[in-house]
Amino acid sequence: MSEEFITVNMTVNGEKVTKSIPVRTHLVDFIRTELGFTGSHLGCEHGICGACSVRVDGSVVRGCLILAAQADGCEVLTIEGITDTGEIADLQDTFVERNALQCGFCTPGMLMTAAELLAQKKPQSREEIREFMSGNYCRCTGYHAIIDAIETVNDARLKS
Amino acid sequence: MNYIHPYERPNSYIGRTLPRSRAMRAVAGRGRYTDDINPPRTVHAAFVRSPYAHAKIIKIDTTAAKVAPGVKLVMTGAELSEMCTGPWIGTLTVFENMKAQPQYPMAVDRACWHGEPVVMVIAETRAQAEDAGELVKIEYEELPVVINKDTALDTGTPVIHPDLGTNKAWEKQINTGNVDTAFDEADHVLEETFYFGRHTAVSLEPRIVLSEYDPGTERLTIHTSSQCPHMIETVFATTLGIPEHNVRIVSLDVGGSFGLKIHTFGDEVAATAASMKLGRPVKFVADRLESFVSDIHARENRVHAKIGVMDDGSLTAVQIDDLSGVGAYSQYPRTSVFEANQILNITFGPYKHPNYRAKATVVYLNAVPTSQYRAVGHPIGISVGEFMMDWAAEVIGIDPFEIRRKNVMEDNSYPREIGAGITMKDLSHEACLEKLQALMNYAELRTEQAELRRQGIYRGIGIAGFIKGTAPSPVGYYGAGGARIAAQDATTVKLEPSGGVIVALGVTDQGQGVDTVMEQIASAALGIPMEMVRSISGDTDAVPYGGGTYASRATAIGGEATYQAALDLRREILEIAGQLLQADPQNLDIVDGNVVDAGSETSRISLAEIGRIGHFQLGELPNDYQPVLSHTRRYRLQDLPYIFTNGIHGAYVEVDADTGWIKHLNHWVVEDCGRIINPLLADEQVRGGAVQGLGGALYEHCIYDAQGQLQNGTMADYVTPMAKEMPDIEVAHVQTPTSESELGAKGAGESGTGAAPGVIMNAVNDAIRPLTEGKITEQPMTPEVVLKALKKL
Repeated sequence: MSEEFITVNMTVNGEKVTKSIPVRTHLVDFIRTELGFTGSHLGCEHGICGACSVRVDGSVVRGCLILAAQADGCEVLTIEGITDTGEIADLQDTFVERNALQCGFCTPGMLMTAAELLAQKKPQSREEIREFMSGNYCRCTGYHAIIDAIETVNDARLKS
Repeated sequence: MNYIHPYERPNSYIGRTLPRSRAMRAVAGRGRYTDDINPPRTVHAAFVRSPYAHAKIIKIDTTAAKVAPGVKLVMTGAELSEMCTGPWIGTLTVFENMKAQPQYPMAVDRACWHGEPVVMVIAETRAQAEDAGELVKIEYEELPVVINKDTALDTGTPVIHPDLGTNKAWEKQINTGNVDTAFDEADHVLEETFYFGRHTAVSLEPRIVLSEYDPGTERLTIHTSSQCPHMIETVFATTLGIPEHNVRIVSLDVGGSFGLKIHTFGDEVAATAASMKLGRPVKFVADRLESFVSDIHARENRVHAKIGVMDDGSLTAVQIDDLSGVGAYSQYPRTSVFEANQILNITFGPYKHPNYRAKATVVYLNAVPTSQYRAVGHPIGISVGEFMMDWAAEVIGIDPFEIRRKNVMEDNSYPREIGAGITMKDLSHEACLEKLQALMNYAELRTEQAELRRQGIYRGIGIAGFIKGTAPSPVGYYGAGGARIAAQDATTVKLEPSGGVIVALGVTDQGQGVDTVMEQIASAALGIPMEMVRSISGDTDAVPYGGGTYASRATAIGGEATYQAALDLRREILEIAGQLLQADPQNLDIVDGNVVDAGSETSRISLAEIGRIGHFQLGELPNDYQPVLSHTRRYRLQDLPYIFTNGIHGAYVEVDADTGWIKHLNHWVVEDCGRIINPLLADEQVRGGAVQGLGGALYEHCIYDAQGQLQNGTMADYVTPMAKEMPDIEVAHVQTPTSESELGAKGAGESGTGAAPGVIMNAVNDAIRPLTEGKITEQPMTPEVVLKALKKL
């Protein structure tokens, strides 16, 4: 059972990386253990909880459901990356102000998904926000505060 | 000086919404959870778990696993048991005549539940450890399985642990007044049986340990995701024979806890033993699939309830009979019988009823051990009691609010005892009832409900009052119960040379905002800006010994310790200032980080100056004066077993009579958790708690088949609440400070979970009332359960 390795090249949070890794390495494990971006979390490793959500070539995907090798040549952004670009600074501030997180373990994934919703740049009802966010599990907040925060930022962005 | 209480000072930090510093970090992906820490030479543990619910282990062959790539160690349960000082026995002396089978961290010669760890493999990577685990050959001989609690005590049912002679773990009875006479004299006697499905915590961050034994210093450091670092320090130390003061537990960020993470699990002890054997850091993270078969479960109960009611609506007698199906062992050290005990304590707790008979029977099953999960026992007791109150109102023909108004203990009647013989103080059932009725626009809702029914839309309105035991005392279960679990808690408040203040907490923060709340309390008591205060928690090397965060105790117990320690530091600062300023400390005060003449805001000396002199320029003080500048205070509840809180929930639901689907439309909570330190954080505890309760009431169920196999141990099959299904939750408060402490705070973390199942069960039953004679008496209330009540299945 000797381990088979593969070399992957990708751009993660704006930096080009080349690594030789076991072929079976999931994207989120690669990002966390090989690159040290520990903001993306592992909650279920079978695609339900959304804690590992990362952006690959512009779309949010479950980092536990794709292999790092599948992201070869891709542009990957994690919570650390979109924090640095300031893309969701308003959302992050509102999450803090509204206390839309408690333990914080779901939060990076929640923010990645919410960023995708905000990027639609259109009015969203609370029901629509709830529907859109339903692939991300949070055990602490009961979701109300998360929906409040996303609604507040979406409305504010549309106004400005 | 006229000391002004912090609550009464202008702009006090007590009662003010402020953001959490930990939240800033988490939104940037900078949280530091245990799995984010990877010391050099870390190796990884994986477990081979029993595929059978009950089987004798005949033979284990680890030959192939030991030589697999990357493998450093393979250990069986028998080998591990030799490293342990002895087995765990999950009993407490307070639970008289309780029986529990001794348990080792991994199965030694017999596996007693599907998922019990049998062999541990340590390798350079987790993947290699799992690969090698597949090469372990275990020969089992299947044994008869006991999985049905209803028949667990029947003659002919096998006994899981022959040494105990029975599957019964414990039995308790309460008998107050004369129940039989009261039933004879009652105008109406109602009885019903309820079923509650076993469920589990599903913290998003799974259980994890990173254990590092240093053979040089013989010290053990465990980074782990724990609510109770000192408690588990004791468990690891005593189990593995290491002096307790040589063990350090560090829990930085914890990704959800909910009671799950007060416990210590066998696989965590095994990984720690491996670290001792290898002299290297060992990490074990439970993956989600093994979480479902190894995290504690909770709430597998059947409750029979019977009440006597008079035509005027007064409740005259209550009888309940609970059967709890716990797992294969009693979870050490808190036991698996707390749930049953709490059901007896709190059911019908808001109400005056002179006659109470209650019985709990706890039986072992070949299933995952159950233990304490958020709001222990309360979801069951409240669901049962509030269902019966609604039913009585229906039979008598009065409104659900009216029957509760008639029966609740009056707000001016405390202290007084409830049926279980426990003293209640400082409660506000009447005020909460009035507030909820206004908050939910009850009369208008009833009108809307009636109109919609005419259109064939079936909506229901439910209410559910509650009491919630919070902040247990050492006279109740822990100190007195024989376990080394601290019911006291401690805080050290110290002045740094900069004038900043460090608050070191025995209680811990898993996202509730404990650190921030304690900074608010200390700032308010000291009279300094919050920016000058920083909390430290979750490191047993850095904080005074405390119980940690469990049973809604952090603010109620730890908060008072912080408050008193901060007042001690304040007194000393004023004493030093008095020496330096040649002033009577009685005439000085601290405002905005400066010592001032009482009544003035003009600084006479800053805290930074006191810090500098107190640490470095001691010559400026009299020779016989030695500053301490670090004050530790402990607090424990004294005479009562708990600080009880109270409140009431309201719910508005719509039931689809064709599909059985329940749409939860609105949820209201009126809560009295005493003095509120940070209103937003209190509200969010209530909201999050309520949704966790709704999960158990609507979806969550650990389903076992007749062979004791868990059927739905994935997040795809075990359904948790997601954003789409959950309602907005409106929260309001009545504040009746507890008279047990100066701060006056009670617990707020669990009551949402406790009362939400009862209120939604009442709302659903109200919705289907025009459609059926049947009632829903089972949770989770899946569409199947609803359709059965509607006689459509």
